[in-house]
Amino acid sequence: MNWITNYVRPRINSIFSRRETPENLWSKCDGCGTMLFHREISDNLNVCTNCNHHMHITPRDRFAALFDGGIFSEVAVPEPLSDPLQFRDQKRYPDRLKAAQRDTGEKEAMLVATGEIGRTPIVAAAQDFSFMAGSMGMYVGNAIIAAAEEAVRLGRPLILFSAAGGARMQEGILSLMQMPRTTVAVQMLKEAGLPYIVVLTHPTTGGVTASYAMLGDIQIAEPEALICFAGPRVIEQTIREKLPEGFQRAEYLLEHGMLDRVTDRREMRKELIVITRMLMQMPPPTWGDLPPPGPETVSGSPEPATQTDRSG
Amino acid sequence: MTHYLDFERPLAEIEGKAEELRAMARGNDEMDVEEEAAALDAKAATLLAELYGKLTPWRKCQVARHPQRPHCKDYIEALFTEYTPLAGDRGFADDQAVMGGLARLDDRPVMVIGHEKGHDTQSRLSRNFGMARPEGYRKAIRLMEMAGRFGLPVVTLIDTPGAYPGKGAEERGQSEAIARSTEACLRIGVPLVSVVIGEGGSGGAVAFATANRVAMLEHSVYSVISPEGCASILWKDAEKMREAAEALRLTAQDLLKLGVADRIIPEPLGGAHRDPAATMAAVKSMLNTMLSEFDERDAAQLIADRRRKYLNIGSKGLAA
Repeated sequence: MNWITNYVRPRINSIFSRRETPENLWSKCDGCGTMLFHREISDNLNVCTNCNHHMHITPRDRFAALFDGGIFSEVAVPEPLSDPLQFRDQKRYPDRLKAAQRDTGEKEAMLVATGEIGRTPIVAAAQDFSFMAGSMGMYVGNAIIAAAEEAVRLGRPLILFSAAGGARMQEGILSLMQMPRTTVAVQMLKEAGLPYIVVLTHPTTGGVTASYAMLGDIQIAEPEALICFAGPRVIEQTIREKLPEGFQRAEYLLEHGMLDRVTDRREMRKELIVITRMLMQMPPPTWGDLPPPGPETVSGSPEPATQTDRSG
Repeated sequence: MTHYLDFERPLAEIEGKAEELRAMARGNDEMDVEEEAAALDAKAATLLAELYGKLTPWRKCQVARHPQRPHCKDYIEALFTEYTPLAGDRGFADDQAVMGGLARLDDRPVMVIGHEKGHDTQSRLSRNFGMARPEGYRKAIRLMEMAGRFGLPVVTLIDTPGAYPGKGAEERGQSEAIARSTEACLRIGVPLVSVVIGEGGSGGAVAFATANRVAMLEHSVYSVISPEGCASILWKDAEKMREAAEALRLTAQDLLKLGVADRIIPEPLGGAHRDPAATMAAVKSMLNTMLSEFDERDAAQLIADRRRKYLNIGSKGLAA
């Protein structure tokens, strides 16, 4: 604060702040650098209208576009112990958590919901890369277990959208233990004869890939998503050679037999409806009947408990 | 030749001096050094007790990685009889970083699986320093499933810096192989007991150590990431590994409190490598104890026991 702001504060300040452009009205595509108007991107599910680059999308926006009429009800996730190791690096873990909560407006790195897609009841879970790199800690583990239990209770398929830098180091060994814990969750679904579909989004790496994200009945990835156990930098340092173009990207994994499909985000909903309905022995979907995807849709869909509408 | 760790340097000096004195005396009958040498021995013993009485987490990592520490192969040879190695994943290759096969623990037939780091340059290279590729995990899955079909308990010995971060390993599905291996651990209807004998390196360790009972040697470690890796990510400085080792809570003692380890096997003073025979005997007795807990359990109970154990992990923190 300098003398002028103190001195002539009231009037000048209000003029300046009025002039400020609202943030995020325009954003730049990470792929091609084109400036895109926020409405244009969000209508296109955060896919660049110029180069089809798939940008980050929050779990809430994704669910708003995925579920019929944008309506879903959140599944409660049991609260884990907070900061079990009293971890401290350059910052305290609780401070990092609070900062992430403030920045994202979310409680943790995974959102679980129930609802319908194309009149097909499902449970969905989505990982939030913007929350501490989507890292898998006890909360994420609990969320996946809660999602699987809800799916088993309701007899519905589980669709999981993964996105994570890996395990949450600040929870040490307890984050690593989410690998077996989430694997138990997947086993619950398999035993109940329910489909488990994983949609791998950019990026899905480390312990997440080495557990629930690779155990789906069907493995779909978004285009160009980085999917790996060890990241490209680590590998280059280890083997001291340059990696080929597109290494560890979705298309590369598809070629090497590690995925079933690579699907554009704008086609994903339709594809998930088609697949889940066949696996659940349901009749084919009736497309014309349904409200189109997108948060703007106002719909007369049936009965969910808590309605979430983000069209505002 | 004893290999000394950096914090053992004062010890190396004393033990070296005692050795020197005795060597001199051997060449000269008139010299009587025994008294002096014995005094040095006593001093060394005190120092050793002091050093190992309060090992910091980072020093524990160093001991766990000690090049002379007994490795999987040593344990298999010493603890089991009729060891019959079984090789290959039936898809691509046989990964030498993972050993496994049929063996008897006393009279009991078991399937033993573990990471082997190697003991000299050549064997370290062929074992890839204990860093398994997908084939290693797929071999382990095959052996675990076989054990399940024939009702043989599975014993796993954990000692790996982590899964191998290589190009081919990624192309052949490193993460999928680890995920399936963990899944196999949880699925088999036979007892699975695990001993962390050295380093429990992240997902590479979980893939074998998702067990009904996990025992850790006193100075072994088990962690989500190496202290060096954690330091370079969170401190932006790989040299902060001491701080990272502290923060990660990777020692057997902390893991016991967290419910990740179920038992601790005491090591001889100065670490397992100073008395391998005593270490082997302690591990063997622990294996027998852990396996006998499950003698009367059927497949469903064993699977439920493992699930319950892992679902409950996280209910205990370290908070005093």
